[in-house]
Formats: sequence, structure tokens, C-alpha cells
Amino acid sequence: MLSYWRKLHWTVRLKCLLWPLLLLPLARLAVAAWHDIHHGSLWLSANPIEFILRSTGTWALTFLLCTLAVTPLRQLLQRPELLRIRRLLGLFAFFYACLHLGTYLWLDQGWDWMGMLKDVWKRPFITVGMTAWLLLLPLAATSTRWAMRKLGRRWQSLHRLAYLAPALGVLHYWWLVKADYRTPLLFGLSLLLLLGWRVWRKQQASAAPAQVARQR
Amino acid sequence: MLIRHPADIAPSEITDRTLFEQRRQWLKTASGLLLAGSGLLPSIAEAALPKASKSPLSTNEPVNALQEITGYNNFYEFGTGKDEPAQNARSLKVRPWTVQVSGEVKQAKTFDIDSLIKQFPLEERIYRLRCVEGWSMVIPWVGFPLASLLKAVEPTGKAKFVAFETLNRPSEMIGQQSGVLDWPYVEGLRLDEAMHPLTLLAVGLYGDVLPNQNGAPIRLVVPWKYGFKSIKSIVRIRLVEALPPTTWNKTNPREYGFYSNVNPEVDHPRWSQKTERRIGEFSRRKTLPFNGYAEQVASLYSGMDLRRYY
Repeated sequence: MLSYWRKLHWTVRLKCLLWPLLLLPLARLAVAAWHDIHHGSLWLSANPIEFILRSTGTWALTFLLCTLAVTPLRQLLQRPELLRIRRLLGLFAFFYACLHLGTYLWLDQGWDWMGMLKDVWKRPFITVGMTAWLLLLPLAATSTRWAMRKLGRRWQSLHRLAYLAPALGVLHYWWLVKADYRTPLLFGLSLLLLLGWRVWRKQQASAAPAQVARQR
Repeated sequence: MLIRHPADIAPSEITDRTLFEQRRQWLKTASGLLLAGSGLLPSIAEAALPKASKSPLSTNEPVNALQEITGYNNFYEFGTGKDEPAQNARSLKVRPWTVQVSGEVKQAKTFDIDSLIKQFPLEERIYRLRCVEGWSMVIPWVGFPLASLLKAVEPTGKAKFVAFETLNRPSEMIGQQSGVLDWPYVEGLRLDEAMHPLTLLAVGLYGDVLPNQNGAPIRLVVPWKYGFKSIKSIVRIRLVEALPPTTWNKTNPREYGFYSNVNPEVDHPRWSQKTERRIGEFSRRKTLPFNGYAEQVASLYSGMDLRRYY
């Protein structure tokens, strides 16, 4: 067994470790919910629905930023094979975004479709959040090797939506707070840093194309 | 089918009644001390409140649990998270405490909190509280009408509004160390709103002293307006001629008006106000005009366009 584990490529081992790690936020919510129901505690606060909504949204955005951190990490650590963990991170981000949306549709709004349509139409922050989720949908759907082969060059252009979705996520967060912008600001700055890195690399590449081509 | 009958309990197994009572007493004392030590309840050293009478203005809806009322607060002076006031408000020293009442009055006066509590007969008022964020609670306040205090200082004919101010003490109110809002927190009411019998100065909760995170030692409760109008930990009250500035209005005038009456027909620009979630309930309920106090207060606003004066 252990020898089998050793034989695995290190990125595969990393993925095995990432799975439970990425499930932790959900496990935490589940344990807290179970404890609250059976022991009358308030681990999910007095307003559990709001708590779950906040938590799943925050984690979706966090993991989206993690997917964007993969490329800079590959370049900084000179470990291009890190690319292999990106799909896992992206799909988990989508998973938490689905939990977030599901919490809103079911727990918060109780499937009140008319009310929600009005919400999406009238409230910019909901419109933006919903748009962000819709952008993630084709990305998750085309995350297979088969889809990559089928789409060829177009796959890459389609998956540039991975830059837009978290940007809309940050805006969605920004527009729902009342006065304390510190957390959405932190997310916004992280996003700017990750995108800024890419712009900077691009400029470097145009300055010295040969050098970067060797590193790829 | 085999049905097992439990064996009879031997008399030796039964706890003697006096011993049982002693244990219960010990448990009560111990848990009381623990609670006091954890800062959830005011310490025993603080004087308990005088007896409060029941009020016909109370709602008979089920009251929220103390744990919900004291653990889920918006009190930015102690942080912007809902759980932060309960953690951070312990550091607030609520004695000595004075409330200065001045401005357009015949008798400007500074009240010591303890004599203030003795001066006016206390009532228990069970009110609905509706937060602008779309959640609500039912809270058993203990207090006295603001009108009683205002009558005691005799407002002059010039007094048109009442301005309130919260303590500004960043050393004890750690939220004030960041500029999330403009400190000190200020609020205001029109004089007739302030004199309305529903408008309460609360000094207690659940028959006991007001916990720090709920605005100790004295706060305003205006049950037909969004929660942020009910300013906490008051140190100054001034009667003024002109409409006074209010904190949330200064922060975002488009979203938070001076009146801020609970109104399902006037949405917050970023979310609907048609429904609310009562803390402890699963599905949302319909928000009532003036938070269900329309019968008592709607006349204050007759002829006013509530969309314009939101």
C-alpha cells in the first residue's frame, strides 16, 4: 500500500491531500448544523441560513482565487506540473458556488421563483452573483479531457472566463455589505495581485520572448 | 414478543428530596457564576433592576431566547460581525455613567444612571425588532418611556427634534479604533416621535440589567423603525431646532433615510424589505407596515410621502 503511494506522481499525492482539505468548510457546516439541531447550540449563529450563505459564498470565492494562484505558483516554483491540481480547485470552487446558490434558492427564498426573478432583475448584487455562477457553468461543463480535445484552441479562450467570474464575485460581495468593506477589499486586492502578475509576465514576455518560451 | 418490565427502583436508589434541592441550588449558583464570569450576564455585583410592571403595549408573540438576543447583535462599536459584540463588549465599563440632557429645554440636567433608573417606574415592554438587513426578533425590554425623561427637562417651544449620542471611548469600544462608521454614533427623532408612548428608553432585558452587547446601560428602542434607529449606550440627548445628522444617513444617504420606518413597500436599494426572517424560524414572514405598529404610529406620518421620506 505504502509503496503504491510512493509510486504515485507527487501531484497526484497532493490531490489526495487536497480533497479532504477542500471538503473541510462543508464538513464544518455539517457538524455545526448537526450539533445545533441535537444540542440546541448556536454554532451557526442565531441566523444559521445567513451563516451558511456567507460561508459557502466566501469559500467559493476563495477557491476561485486559488485556481488563479496556480499559474503564478507554477512560474515562481518552476513546477509547471502543478497545473494538474487546477481543475480540482476550480471544480471545488464551482461546488461551493452551487451550495451558495442552492442555499439562497432553497433555504433563504424557499423556492419563491417570482420573488427571486424580481430579485435578479432589480438587485444589482444578485444579478452580478447570478451572472458569476452562470459563467462558471460552461467552465465546469468543459472541464474534461474530452471537452478540451473537442474544443481545441477555443477551450483556452472560453476558460478565460475564470478571470471574469471571481471579479463579479468580488463585486457581488462589495455590493451586499453595509459599511465594512474590509473583507471584500481583501478579496479584491488578492484578485488584482493575481491578475497583475499575469499582466507583468506578459510585458516581460514581449520584452524577452525567447527566454520565457524556454521556461514554458 | 418479549416485553421487559423495568425492575422496581430500590428506595436506596432514590435521592432524598432535601439533598436533591441542595444539588439544584448548587448547580444554579455554579452556573450563575459561570455565566457571570463569561460575561454573558451582568455580574452579580451590579445592582439588579427594580421590579418592572407589565405593559398593555407588549406583544404576546413568542419571545426570542436570551442566547439569541445577546449573541446576535449589530453594534459596530464592538466589531462588525454579529458575534463580535458578545465577545468584545465585556470591556465596557458601564459605571459611573451619566446621561446629559440639554439644548432647547428649561431644565438642562445630567442624570446619573442609577438615580435615573430609580426615578422613573420601570415597565416590561415586549416589542418586535426589525433590522434593516431583513431579520427580526421579539425582545422583552425593561425601561421607561422617553417622554417621561423629556417632560422632566421641559422642552421649549423651539425644540423640534431630539438628537442622541453614543459613548465614544475607543479604549473600551474596540470597533471605534477603525473608521467603519463616523464615531460617535448619532441618531435623531422628530419631537412627536420621541414623545410617542411606544418610544422607550431601555435599561434592562428579560427582567435583568441590560447586557453590554445590547447597549448597556441605557438605550433607545423605537419599535416601528429599523433597528439602527434604536441607538445604544447613550451619553447625550439634546433637544434641537433643526433635523439632526444621523450616522447611517451620513454613511449612505441614499440607502438610510432619517425616518427609516419599517415599510415593506419601500425597498432598500440593494434588497427587498417585503419579507423578513424571524430569528429561530425557518421560512421568511411578511414584513408589516411600521413593523406592525401602524395603528399606533401611522398618524404621525399622515400626508407624508413615505417613499420620499424613507
